[in-house]
Amino acid sequence: MIPLSYYLVFAAALFCIGLYGVLARKNAVTILMGIELMLNAVLINVIAFWRYRSPDQITGQAFAVMVFAIAAAEVAVGLALFISIYRRRNTIAADEIDLLKW
Amino acid sequence: MGDPINSIGNWLESILLGWGLPAGVVSAILALIGVVVLCSLLLVLDIVLVWVERKVVARFQDRLGPNRLGPFGLIQPFADIIKLLIKEDITPAGADKFIYNLPPIIALSTVLLLWAVIPLAPTVLGGDVNVAVLFIVAVGAVGTLGIIMAGWASNNKYALLGAFRTVAQMISYEVPMLIALLIPVLLARSMSLQNIVGAQNVWFIFVVPLAAIIFFISAIAELGRAPFDINEAESEIVAGFHIEYTGMKFGMFYAGELLHAVTVSAVFSSLFLGGWHGPFADQFPVLGVFYLLAKAFILYYVIMWVRYSFPRLRIDQMLGFSWKFLVPLALSLLIVVAILDRILVTSFQVQASTPLYAISMLAANVIIALVTVLGLRSYAKLERKRFPEDRPVAIAPEADFKELIVQE
Amino acid sequence: MVMQIIFLIVAVVTLGSAVMVVTVRNLVHAALWLILSLFGVAVTFALLNAPFFTVVEVVIYIGAISILMIFAIMLTRRTMQETGRSVNPGWWLAAFLSLVLFAGLLWMFSTWDGFSTTLPDLPAGVDQVRELGIALVSPNMYVLPFEVASVLLLAALIGAIVVAWERKS
Repeated sequence: MIPLSYYLVFAAALFCIGLYGVLARKNAVTILMGIELMLNAVLINVIAFWRYRSPDQITGQAFAVMVFAIAAAEVAVGLALFISIYRRRNTIAADEIDLLKW
Repeated sequence: MGDPINSIGNWLESILLGWGLPAGVVSAILALIGVVVLCSLLLVLDIVLVWVERKVVARFQDRLGPNRLGPFGLIQPFADIIKLLIKEDITPAGADKFIYNLPPIIALSTVLLLWAVIPLAPTVLGGDVNVAVLFIVAVGAVGTLGIIMAGWASNNKYALLGAFRTVAQMISYEVPMLIALLIPVLLARSMSLQNIVGAQNVWFIFVVPLAAIIFFISAIAELGRAPFDINEAESEIVAGFHIEYTGMKFGMFYAGELLHAVTVSAVFSSLFLGGWHGPFADQFPVLGVFYLLAKAFILYYVIMWVRYSFPRLRIDQMLGFSWKFLVPLALSLLIVVAILDRILVTSFQVQASTPLYAISMLAANVIIALVTVLGLRSYAKLERKRFPEDRPVAIAPEADFKELIVQE
Repeated sequence: MVMQIIFLIVAVVTLGSAVMVVTVRNLVHAALWLILSLFGVAVTFALLNAPFFTVVEVVIYIGAISILMIFAIMLTRRTMQETGRSVNPGWWLAAFLSLVLFAGLLWMFSTWDGFSTTLPDLPAGVDQVRELGIALVSPNMYVLPFEVASVLLLAALIGAIVVAWERKS
């Protein structure tokens, strides 16, 4: 009823919207939200491939569990970094943190 | 004969099929009717709970409670509800309207959502989800989200502070609750609540009492009730995150909190007290509903008892208690139960739910509890030694008042 | 037919709220739209017969990561209102790049012959959650990535605490 193509197009669209969020937004937390959208698109892709191509093997689901763990770890460290940066520079707009610019 | 709920369901299904509706639509209509009936019964129960709470707190505090409206004050909740409904509905200036109106709905609906997975009887169940235990945790997490939305949308820094502290407390106590939830899952080999209830020939509270205690304490902290109610303590932060909610919106928070207490009691009963198990529950499934509700209400009474007996914990004491005491205890209990289960099942061929298994687990739990208590005692002795100075005692020195003491 | 309608609704809700996440000005609103799109993703997992991932998505993303983001937003605001531009000056280039990538992905998918696979049946009598649990701790399956992910989470936990520790100087 629903071919694999629907899920793949859906995941690709979500990934591209997340990519726009990462590239175009200034606030660092919004960039992180774009990254989360991209990771969720990857998860939809992995689970759709598991369901449609190899539902008898559990590899797809184990892969998805790893992606969940990595996303959680990355968000935790990223937000800690943002708070630390905010304490020193009083801003987290990505274009105002430019000490390394030449 | 003993299962009126399923009999009525089958009769309705045959009527609807006789009218010529397709089978999918018929099952959808029956599911909808079941949802409406269950939610209506729960919300009516909520009204009764308002009365129960006020009477019980009154008796604990050695007074009578509401007894003017109706016999034994039974009309009192209706008076409360009418008062809440006719109050003026104020939205604070500068509040975000949509986000301001959403949290009362979330607070009540997440509680009702939990009843979808609680097995009321061997054959009466909302949905046999095979990850029901995680579903309970997920719905609790969504409730936490509602609180932070309430705190932020009120445009009030005390509400925001209250919301932060509430959410910090709830997240801290989700960890030991989740670990303590894993122990019945391990014993029953399944995450579905119906399978956990079915696996309890011996009630799990007699097999792993320490896990039951940890889950009970974490659940009370998740509910936000005393002694963990720093969030809404009227004497401290003036009602915390729902400070700006008036009228029926506050009523929904309050009703949601009361119903959450009964829901958590029902979950505890399913996990540790054997759920719908009881005499003749297999032949007459409707008795299972009665047993579950009886156990849930007994546990609700214990929750109220705890509420009105203990003083309030400070936020740093509360968070320290969770992270420094409950999490290591729950983790070590999980490891010991898992190792013991493996040893018993593979080496000694003792199957689960046999008396030998139950007694060995009980012995392990008692040993861990004793070790913990001894550890706490030596820690307390160490703390006392750190402050060796005499504490001042407040007695009036007699010499100052000698002339005032009347000599008989 | 019913499944297609449900999928369409879920996809529209998820993609719509994802667009709102990346365009809305107010940060807390963006976080709430993110929560809605994550709910949509969780429902997609349920449609794909993976109920374990539905509840894990709700617990991890909505119950922990979103709340963490809302906390971070509230702790790093200079004023109550957001002033200034919310997008970079080169935002049109980012939009163009995203569209190009989307078109490229679609073209690449359409040349793959597995693109229109229909739904195979799940193996009957297999408890997916149990199989996943066994796979994650079996020595000849995925115990090594599982343990490495656990060490990663532990490192992230300690690292986040150390980075955000307030030095009392």
